[in-house]
Amino acid sequence: MELISSLTIFVLAIFVGFEIITKIPPTLHTPLMSGSNAISGITLVGAILAAGSDLPTVARALGFLAVVLATVNVVGGFLVTNRMLEMFRRKG
Amino acid sequence: MDRTVVINLAYLLAGVLFIFGLKGLTHPRTAVRGNLTGALGMLVAVVATLVHQEVVSLGLVIAGMVVGAAVGAVLAQRIHMTAMPQLVALFNGFGGGASVLVAGAELLRSGTTSAQTTALAAAADAASGPGATSAMGLDQLIAVVASGLIGAVTFWGSMVAFGKLQELRWLKKPIHYPGQHPANAVLGALVLALGVAMISWPEHAWLYWAVVLVASVLGVTLVLPIGGADMPVVIALLNSYSGLAAAATGFVLENNVLIISGSLVGASGVILTQLMCKAMNRSLVHVLFGTLGPGEEGATADEVYQGRIKSTSAEEVAMLLETARRVVIVPGYGMAVAQAQHAVSELAKVLESRGTEVEFGIHPVAGRMPGHMNVLLAEADVPYEKLKDLDEINPTFEQTDVVIVIGANDVVNPVARTDPNSPIAGMPILEVDKAKTVVVIKRSLSPGFAGIPNPLFAADNTLMFFEDGKKAITELISALKEL
Repeated sequence: MELISSLTIFVLAIFVGFEIITKIPPTLHTPLMSGSNAISGITLVGAILAAGSDLPTVARALGFLAVVLATVNVVGGFLVTNRMLEMFRRKG
Repeated sequence: MDRTVVINLAYLLAGVLFIFGLKGLTHPRTAVRGNLTGALGMLVAVVATLVHQEVVSLGLVIAGMVVGAAVGAVLAQRIHMTAMPQLVALFNGFGGGASVLVAGAELLRSGTTSAQTTALAAAADAASGPGATSAMGLDQLIAVVASGLIGAVTFWGSMVAFGKLQELRWLKKPIHYPGQHPANAVLGALVLALGVAMISWPEHAWLYWAVVLVASVLGVTLVLPIGGADMPVVIALLNSYSGLAAAATGFVLENNVLIISGSLVGASGVILTQLMCKAMNRSLVHVLFGTLGPGEEGATADEVYQGRIKSTSAEEVAMLLETARRVVIVPGYGMAVAQAQHAVSELAKVLESRGTEVEFGIHPVAGRMPGHMNVLLAEADVPYEKLKDLDEINPTFEQTDVVIVIGANDVVNPVARTDPNSPIAGMPILEVDKAKTVVVIKRSLSPGFAGIPNPLFAADNTLMFFEDGKKAITELISALKEL
């Protein structure tokens, strides 16, 4: 059942994504890419679970590297998107 | 309440915040708040994870987050707007890389938990709900392979895309080599075979790393042959992959917030990829595996241009602009290269102060990523209402007195409408040739990415202004002010 409920969420979320994202105007496509990119840094959650848990050293090292990469993605992504969107708002 | 329940509710909240965040991006006025909503969702998800039972030591986690946040913040603040495509490619790659590493770590976890029946296994059970076993099920193993495969292709594909966008010398030109397609097919088959082997014998963790290795090679070889003007498609596609990799990792961890966010991003990337392909009238398969060269029967540059090119000066264009009631500016990648966006914005302001109506016509694939031109012009203070896309601007060219094309070529080439054998046949173009006068600012008559001559340059109503984009616009502004 675990797999089925995961699949259900996966498929429904894709539909939600399609519905919302087709409404985003072309003007905002670059911020959309960098912003959605930051959201895909959600892998950070998995990275924290690996780096912080009681696993063998190798697994924790992998987790640590993953935390670094995912945090760059998340922090950099949201900040740069904010920087771009402020420029759009300035003259809006 | 059980801590696991609270954490999962927090994840649900994070997913909802992501959806609201994306919804905010549907209008420039609400977009800043939307982005902040997304960031808040991320904060909620991260804090919930930090208090998870499985997280027993925070040292490594905090260290990694500090390093990552510092690097990310510096990159985000320092980057020039013209270099945005590179940065997005880089971040895409990092997301994919993180998925590879997390799936690898989880594989090691399942290897240890089958040997230990201690507190760790109990914690894992508590996290993934009652009835879950510590060893991975078939579905999770498939998800591990998917994470490794998609993540590695995303990481290395993005690194190559980054190199191309950064114009590193050895990556600048599309790289073709004989047997390219068979080689990629062999690599693809190999990676799938290794994936099946890994699912069949999960105790051999090295098989996972073999999948990652071959997928890495595949990521490099898939992007190497792709040329500059096709980059918008590649970046959008890699964006989609980074989402799918995160979703696959969500299936490994049986974690809903990863699945939700991953599929949102996956959908977003797919939509942008489709839009970009449509704007070039090419299929995704053709962009990824096809080659774009001059059409066999196409006219040569000499036949098209011989004796028909009228070259102009800043003074002449200024006189045209002085009497124009409506002017449309069409920017392309050349504007980004020349860093001319601020000069262009100033020209628009000067014209408007004299009562001329000014709008911008923006082709979806102008530049190196979706929306590239819009960001540059927004940086230069051009209000977003003046940025019109293809469908809005095309019907207005007939009522336009002067069109200024700066650094665009293939997207204004009328051959797309007239010659069914041309490599850009059927591509929707900005129909600037319908305007009264077209001024093309360009350094030479060199062809665009499609490698074909552009009859627009030789048209009766076209004037060529041979100059660097920024210099040309600056000269125009001073000529206008002297009139």
